[in-house]
Amino acid sequence: MSLKDISTSVPKKDHSGKVSGQLPYISDVKVENMVYGVLVRSQVAYGKIISIQLPNLPEGYEAVGAEDIPGPNFVKIIKEDQPIFANEWVNYIGEPILMLVGKDLNILYSLLKEVKVIIEEHQAIYTLDEAIKQKSAAGVIMASYEFGESLETVSAIEQGAHQIIEEEYDTGYQEHVYLEPQGMLAIYKDDEIEVQGSMQCLYYIKNALLSALACGDDEVRVVQSPTGGGFGGKEEFPSMMACHVAVAARAVKKSVMLVFDRSEDMVVTTKRHPAKLNYRTALDKVGNILSLSVEIFLDGGANVGLSSVVLQRALINSAGVYKIPHFHAKGYVLKTNTVPNGAFRGFGAPQSFAGIESHLGHLSKLANIEPLEYKRKYLVKQGDPTITKGIFRDPILVEDMIEDLLKTSEYKKKKQEFQRFNQQNLRYKKGIGTSLFLHGCGFTGSGERDHIKATVKLVKSKDGIVMLKISNSDMGQGILTTLCKIVAKELDLPYEDVLYPYPDTKVVPDSGPTVASRTTMIVGKLLERAAKKLKAQWQSGVDQEVVEHYVHREMIPWDEKTFTGDAYPAYSWGVNFVELEVDTLTGNVKLEKVYGNYEVGKVIDDRIMKGQIDGGLAQGLAYGYLEKMTSKQGKIQQKSISDYGPPTSLDVVPIESKVFDNPYADGPYGAKGAGELTLIGGAPAVQAAIEDALHTTFQQIPITPEVIIESLWMKEGEEG
Amino acid sequence: MIKFTLNGKTEETNAPATTRLLDLLRDDFELIGTKEGCGEGECGACSVFVNNLLQNSCLIPIGSIAGAEIQTIEGILETKKFKILDESYSDAGGVQCGYCIPGMIMASAALLSKNPHPSKAEIREGISGNLCRCTGYNMIVDAINQAAKKGDGIW
Repeated sequence: MSLKDISTSVPKKDHSGKVSGQLPYISDVKVENMVYGVLVRSQVAYGKIISIQLPNLPEGYEAVGAEDIPGPNFVKIIKEDQPIFANEWVNYIGEPILMLVGKDLNILYSLLKEVKVIIEEHQAIYTLDEAIKQKSAAGVIMASYEFGESLETVSAIEQGAHQIIEEEYDTGYQEHVYLEPQGMLAIYKDDEIEVQGSMQCLYYIKNALLSALACGDDEVRVVQSPTGGGFGGKEEFPSMMACHVAVAARAVKKSVMLVFDRSEDMVVTTKRHPAKLNYRTALDKVGNILSLSVEIFLDGGANVGLSSVVLQRALINSAGVYKIPHFHAKGYVLKTNTVPNGAFRGFGAPQSFAGIESHLGHLSKLANIEPLEYKRKYLVKQGDPTITKGIFRDPILVEDMIEDLLKTSEYKKKKQEFQRFNQQNLRYKKGIGTSLFLHGCGFTGSGERDHIKATVKLVKSKDGIVMLKISNSDMGQGILTTLCKIVAKELDLPYEDVLYPYPDTKVVPDSGPTVASRTTMIVGKLLERAAKKLKAQWQSGVDQEVVEHYVHREMIPWDEKTFTGDAYPAYSWGVNFVELEVDTLTGNVKLEKVYGNYEVGKVIDDRIMKGQIDGGLAQGLAYGYLEKMTSKQGKIQQKSISDYGPPTSLDVVPIESKVFDNPYADGPYGAKGAGELTLIGGAPAVQAAIEDALHTTFQQIPITPEVIIESLWMKEGEEG
Repeated sequence: MIKFTLNGKTEETNAPATTRLLDLLRDDFELIGTKEGCGEGECGACSVFVNNLLQNSCLIPIGSIAGAEIQTIEGILETKKFKILDESYSDAGGVQCGYCIPGMIMASAALLSKNPHPSKAEIREGISGNLCRCTGYNMIVDAINQAAKKGDGIW
């Protein structure tokens, strides 16, 4: 198949293996001399381990713990605060203490029950609110940043303001619920440990293994298995599992498989950070914004992990898509004795967008202006500064995208219809909500240049087949297909002649992790350049290889200390409209129609993009009203999928979407990032629609039936 | 010993009667197309046919399958029905991470066998026991809708 237009969809490379079920995921793999591992975990949120008593282990069953780790006992992520196996102290319920390994999983599970760990319990911090109160205590603040205009300036403006509005906004956990639970296998060989599994970031894992095993570069190897969904949940967490199986394999000299069942996965793996966002806004007489101060608290859980970087993105997005006259922001990651939180599609941005969209919606009501109209007054334009003193360099199409949706959805007409409906109906109320959002593509600041330094390789065989050698993971988002398309088109090759085998660190350079909406834009661009180079040197009948390294686009340099500069090289944009109906008797919310207009530079594959839109929106909408996870005394309360409630086919409605063309000079064929963007607008649009239906305001997501009923009672009380 | 039919062949096993059908299929018969997503009958990734009825194999102790006819995704790969579903899922873009897909294909086949011309609402109802976290379901609904049309007469 030759590719005429890059956006035209092609059959996916992995379609047949997946549709037939014959593509092996990690739990489908069995190797010779393989044993299973199960983890002994802390049942205490914070305490000191006094003793560990093991039952008599049958032959072939062994325990592996901290003393078996050849290197330092931490999972290498950013800071050295996450032990592989707890040493002396445990910091959350579920923290791994040791691993039992052996042939039969059933025997392992019964042995697990007989392990006696005595822990001296200490006073734990269970919630973000408690952590905020104890913020000044040692070790509670794990990261913090502050930026924007000086507080003196802001306070001078507040002095002259007509009124000051303060709002507190809370967002909850979100669980990834990738359909394939986490799994990792370490294959033992005398001179090498090969780790295979479900993962997004091969070199994160390799670096963690090099540290944990204190071994040479050629003694570890990481191979991605087909990955059954990631959404960020397989960004940093698999590094810990990889350390567990690799350390165990070394210790027992056998191959070790660790696969979670769903409840273990739900209780111990990272989640989206619960957050508290405080807004303080000065308004003039007619409700115009004079200044805005934002304060963000993220619940980091027991280890900082990637939380500081999540906080950065939350803060950079804290003003949404708006140009606010005088803006100040600060944020903290606080430690609680709960399961560590981590990467999740959107990476801090969904919390910030839910908060700022909610706040501006509420301000519009004070100003007595239609929410969308109010928001449009503040919309950033090309050339405007960002809140970190960077610049929005490229054309911004959001105005066109809004106009288009107003027409497509017949917004005004619908509003009137809903108004009439609501007047005639006591029980059911309909509402429309909107959200405007963006997502910065690639790593924050100079991360690509200073930390990632991506390298890609193309290898051409004598018979003209070209292979992509990169370390990025297809986890369902379709890069096996899209990246091959870019290379095939550039080389004028049939799509079938370009191959992208599952990556193996033995043969692929480090093209960076599969995160941060960077793969298509950054890695895709490098591949495009590599393909151009290969084309120029192309010789028939010989083996050839080309390599390309990341080149940084010159911008306003990012300074993490002052939190200034261009935070991202480019931004993708989106607008969502949501129509829904609320049952005021039960509090149930029924979506009726969802619209999305997006701008991601250039679409590399229409069908794959639609898949990202639908799937991202389903997750984003559910984050706003359906998915609720809680922790009580440090224990996650939802241990099964139905306890938690991700959307089923009956919850999602048809989504009408459109993608606007706006090619970006530094993206392949003009493409920017798309994967995370699609999630961000869901929750704020759902909230706005529920508020529109009920003529009320909420200061939290998810807005579950309980929250709705409570708010209706309160309203009834107020109205007497 | 428990005797049953698996994908058209008579089989037997000495595994304990409480063994989950899912484990028997995956471990003893190496049929990896039946996936485990939750182990509690909530996600449908392990869907198989037991006597032509769609079932979650994680909830079935093999003691209850004596004499039953079991069909897994592997048992339908060569059929015309599968071919149509395969093409429709490809054309509609219904497959992302793929982990739910074999179960989803089984649910699609079960639905179309019962109701060869389902409405979109009936399709949503028909796959509501199968979770997918990637697609938001719409493209899967489209795939099944296409399969119903393409395979008119064969369901």
